[in-house]
Amino acid sequence: MSSFDENNKERLRSVSVDLNNDASLLIDIPDALCERDKVKFTVHTKTTLSSFQKPEFSVPRQHEDFIWLHDTLVETEDYAGLIIPPAPPKPDFESPREKMHKLGEGEATMTKEEYTKMKQELEAEYLAVFKKTVQVHEVFLQRLSSHPVLSKDRNFQIFLEYDQDLSVRRKNAKEMFGGFFKNMVKSADEVLIAGVKEVDDFFEQEKTFLLDYFSKIKEATAKAEKMTRSHKNIADDYIRLSATLNSLSAEESTNYYIIKFCLKLFQNFLRVCLKKVEGRVASDEELKLTELLRYYMRDIQAAKDLLYRRARALADYENSNKALDKARLKGKDVSQAEEHQKRCLQKFDTLSESGKKELTNFKARRVVAFRKNLVEMAELEVKHAKNNMTLLQGCIELLSGN
Amino acid sequence: MSCDAPTHCFIRIIEISLPFCRFFLQIEEEEGGDSFDIHISVSDPEKVGDGMNAYMAYKVTTKTSVALFRQRDFSVKRRFSDFLGLHSKLASKYLHIGYIVPPAPEKSIVGMTKVKVGKEDQSSNEFVERRRSALERYLMRTVKHPILLKDPDVLQFLESSELPRAVNTQALSSAGILRMVNKAAEAVNKMTIKMNESDAWFEEKQQHFENLDAQLRKLHASVECLVCHRKELSVNTAQFAKSAAMLGNSEDHTALSRALSQLAEVEEKIDQLHQDQANADFYLFSELLGDYVRLISAVKGVFDQRMKTWQKWQDSQMLLQKKREAEAKLQFTNKPDKLQQTKDEIKELEGRVQQGERDFEQISKTIRKEVSRFEKDRVKDFKMSIVKYLESLVQTQQQLIKYWEAFLPEAKAIS
Repeated sequence: MSSFDENNKERLRSVSVDLNNDASLLIDIPDALCERDKVKFTVHTKTTLSSFQKPEFSVPRQHEDFIWLHDTLVETEDYAGLIIPPAPPKPDFESPREKMHKLGEGEATMTKEEYTKMKQELEAEYLAVFKKTVQVHEVFLQRLSSHPVLSKDRNFQIFLEYDQDLSVRRKNAKEMFGGFFKNMVKSADEVLIAGVKEVDDFFEQEKTFLLDYFSKIKEATAKAEKMTRSHKNIADDYIRLSATLNSLSAEESTNYYIIKFCLKLFQNFLRVCLKKVEGRVASDEELKLTELLRYYMRDIQAAKDLLYRRARALADYENSNKALDKARLKGKDVSQAEEHQKRCLQKFDTLSESGKKELTNFKARRVVAFRKNLVEMAELEVKHAKNNMTLLQGCIELLSGN
Repeated sequence: MSCDAPTHCFIRIIEISLPFCRFFLQIEEEEGGDSFDIHISVSDPEKVGDGMNAYMAYKVTTKTSVALFRQRDFSVKRRFSDFLGLHSKLASKYLHIGYIVPPAPEKSIVGMTKVKVGKEDQSSNEFVERRRSALERYLMRTVKHPILLKDPDVLQFLESSELPRAVNTQALSSAGILRMVNKAAEAVNKMTIKMNESDAWFEEKQQHFENLDAQLRKLHASVECLVCHRKELSVNTAQFAKSAAMLGNSEDHTALSRALSQLAEVEEKIDQLHQDQANADFYLFSELLGDYVRLISAVKGVFDQRMKTWQKWQDSQMLLQKKREAEAKLQFTNKPDKLQQTKDEIKELEGRVQQGERDFEQISKTIRKEVSRFEKDRVKDFKMSIVKYLESLVQTQQQLIKYWEAFLPEAKAIS
């Protein structure tokens, strides 16, 4: 029903993550369609790599396809030492849908003007949610394409290229892996992570830092969300106010032209300027700050998952040691046990090595993203406040009769 | 220029096709000798006494060059019931002859009890401030009325150091007056003979005030919503500031940590801005609307008083008619005493009818003047408040610019 505007995409794209501009594999979502609650994304790829059949192509994908891709990456043993980019959240049209419901109920009591205005607002909000969901899905793919190892993943390639419906594959994957295995590998067990005896200083520090940081960023995300919701409420209030002022100014008899004009000016000002600016402040703030926090909260969860997998590997290695000792004692299956222990050690070492690299990169990436977004947010706040002030002062001058 | 001819001024305005701002100047010029110099402030709320007998005393300061007063600058101490007492006296003297007497602020048992009990918290401070501001606005509106200003009760209220305590203030509260006014409205509705409104002006104006009442109430409700949400925003901003500070502490990258702490500080300052803005929303906008909702009730009351006056006149006329019929009948009987009595009664009733007609014409004339004055004042009041409100918004934006511009270098310093 509603489609995505090409121009707006540019403004949105680089919100949360610093993107890799490696021209060998460029991915974007130039278009998306919203049908009832289902969003269909058009994934567009441009590549110079020979592993792909064509240099440029597009495929339609649903949200479930992204989840399938994420889950298969997580469940791939070879990637246990990597931070898998967090899966994009499900498109959430709850808020605009609620509003639409309220609008439908209140239609009888509203004036035509009020109704039109609220409808416009609703459409704008729908569009904002829509843009946001396109953006997070796009960022997910771009994280993958900019990762030296993950970008080469076979399933990733299938996701980008396969021009048929992926739902068959999705079903197969579910059958193969089953639910419980997913739960075992995916979610990080904080107790296990915390309980493991750490020999490596680097990981000891990272563990402490990530566990604490995660809880703090989760809190900050929640509070930021509340704050932006309040901003939105105020923007809605101004809309309602301007509608009421409109009715009031219509009532004032033509004898008192002055107050009619006065009110009309005030009302127009409220409607055009403050609502737009307040509303825009709410959505820009949301994009920059709240989305940033939200994204990194999920990213840190992914980092924690990595720590978990490493902790499990360490636990496995320690268990294999114990098994080897037992075998040596009994004098049975010693070579088997030795093999097992060697493998466990290898796995642990690989994980530790790649884990260290990933976590270091992660920190750098996080710092850059925060800087970018905080700077942009501050610049936007200043710009909006200046606009607002100019409009307000113009209004005051007119009213004071200067 | 007489206020009885509003159509004159406005035809002139419409003829002139100048930018809108000139309209305001035009209205200002028309007023001429309407400007008077008196300013009243209500300040220094002080708790007097203890327990349930305690009350708040307010300092009422008058600064004026009006000759009616003995001094130019003086103050007295008054309590809330004194204000109610003043209003009740003015209402009983002037309402029934068509003057729009500004209603006194509402009584509040809950608010006052908290204060009496000695709760020194934010909500009771807010209550006292709200009341102080309302009392000030009430007095200013009262003295702005050219007739009320000259009233001896008003002069006594402002000037004399001792004031006899107003008794039975429950009946005198603004709610009480409203009840009195409503009773008059009810009586009007029950009138068996519907008033034949020969003057379209009154019908028009009554309808206008009905509509205005409905609109202002709606607007008031919307603004109260805004105030509520602004206060919520302030709370949420403060909470976010705290969480940002904690995040900054947890952050191990030094420059980012510092930037996050700075962000927390900025948000804390912005929280204060939101609180200030919520106050402006409330005092400049919401309270103004509340005042006018009550004022318009007083205006409607005055229209009802006119109907009552008309009814009284009609009643006298009907009575006179009956007496005349009785006199005619008595002509054919041999009861000279009774006849004389009836003739005397008729004479008295004729006088009453004449007085009734005079009263009705007088109240109609007064109401026309009052409504014109009221509307003019309302325009000025609204305009002034709107400008002040917009200025408060400007102030907020200026501060926002300052805070975010100060934060920007901190954010850029992250590397």
